[in-house]
Amino acid sequence: MLEAVNLGCVRGDRRLFRGLNFAIRPGEFIELRGPNGGGKTSLLRIISGLAPPAEGEVRWRGQNIRKLGEEYASEIAYVAHQNGVKDELSPTENLLIAGGVSGNALSREQARQALAAVGLQRQRDLTTRLLSAGQRRRLALARLRASRAKLWILDEVLSSLDDAGMNLARDLISAHLISEGMAIIATHQELGLPAGLMSRIDLAT
Amino acid sequence: MTSPPNFSMFRWLVWRDLILAWRRRTDVLATLFFFVIVVSLFPLGIGPEPQLLRTVAPGVVWVAALLASMLSLGRMFGNDYSDGTLEQLLLTPQPTYLIALGKTIGQWLVSEVPLIIIAPLLGVQFGLSERTLVVIALSLLLGTPVLSLIGAIGAALTLGLRAANVLVALLVLPLYVPVLIFGAGAVEASVNGMTPQPFIFLLAATLVLSLVFAPWATAAALRISVE
Repeated sequence: MLEAVNLGCVRGDRRLFRGLNFAIRPGEFIELRGPNGGGKTSLLRIISGLAPPAEGEVRWRGQNIRKLGEEYASEIAYVAHQNGVKDELSPTENLLIAGGVSGNALSREQARQALAAVGLQRQRDLTTRLLSAGQRRRLALARLRASRAKLWILDEVLSSLDDAGMNLARDLISAHLISEGMAIIATHQELGLPAGLMSRIDLAT
Repeated sequence: MTSPPNFSMFRWLVWRDLILAWRRRTDVLATLFFFVIVVSLFPLGIGPEPQLLRTVAPGVVWVAALLASMLSLGRMFGNDYSDGTLEQLLLTPQPTYLIALGKTIGQWLVSEVPLIIIAPLLGVQFGLSERTLVVIALSLLLGTPVLSLIGAIGAALTLGLRAANVLVALLVLPLYVPVLIFGAGAVEASVNGMTPQPFIFLLAATLVLSLVFAPWATAAALRISVE
């Protein structure tokens, strides 16, 4: 469903990668490995459509994502290094607003469920400013869970999570894959997801 | 935070900015106080000569409005950029043009509308007639949206740069000049007992023009800035 054809990326005067080809089908995921500065985030941003590739193209259902535009945007969810949550809002409000602006309006009950699923039920009406780094990460996971996206693009999603949080993230991703979802995950840690569904890209080579 | 579930994406976006501004209302109040203080300094500095005050009033009010609206530009996209929510907004399935327009409307409602409301009160310090006070409010009502629209382009272009605030001023202030001339012109005409109508029409025309083109330029600048 997602296809990368001959992707290349240049940052400044450094070539990060070239001639990268891969595909993800429903129910599968890609584990993206590579050293710091190896271009993992750049690749994820290209796949999300935030940045254009220097060469090659990304195709979704056979069409270039830069032509699909908003149609593609409604099918992906991106969790970046920054969690993309607002300090001034409560976790509940963060979810309601993130849903609202992306055309996927949630009810309060749905938001409550998503927060309970990541273990933030007690913090749901606190200001997000008071949450720890790991709890913010969990909030980003709740946003992911509440989105109806088919393709999850995750950048170091396990960082700053405790053991319970990592298990939670794994469970979320597994459930997403079982329901025919797709994911591309940049990571330094073992994901511990079923290897049969995985292909690996190593940007060091 | 209650809102009907049938809010469109665009209304959610404006709603979001209004809530955020309410949660950080000291920022908004600071801009407003800046405006009040700058305008009030002139009668104190120039002295209580009524004729002189009436002459400088149009320019003073408009220049202060320009500077005050500049102050809020850094916040327009800056906070969203640094916490990653701007990226999330750009990844929503609505055109970047609408995102730019929604953010601009939010900034106008939060930072400019209070100026429009308080400006006639400040005009009293300059001994202006009632009719002129109405013209001040009207000219600001038509002119400040243009300031927001043009300012958004500058704010988007300088996103994430060092010394962004100074750069924004250099980029945007020259572009504000037509609005300043038409806006202050309208008030001045009214002070001199003439009709402000031509200036009001010119302001309206500027507004229509910038409403069409500015969000488009802002959208392009945003795209470049997050790349």
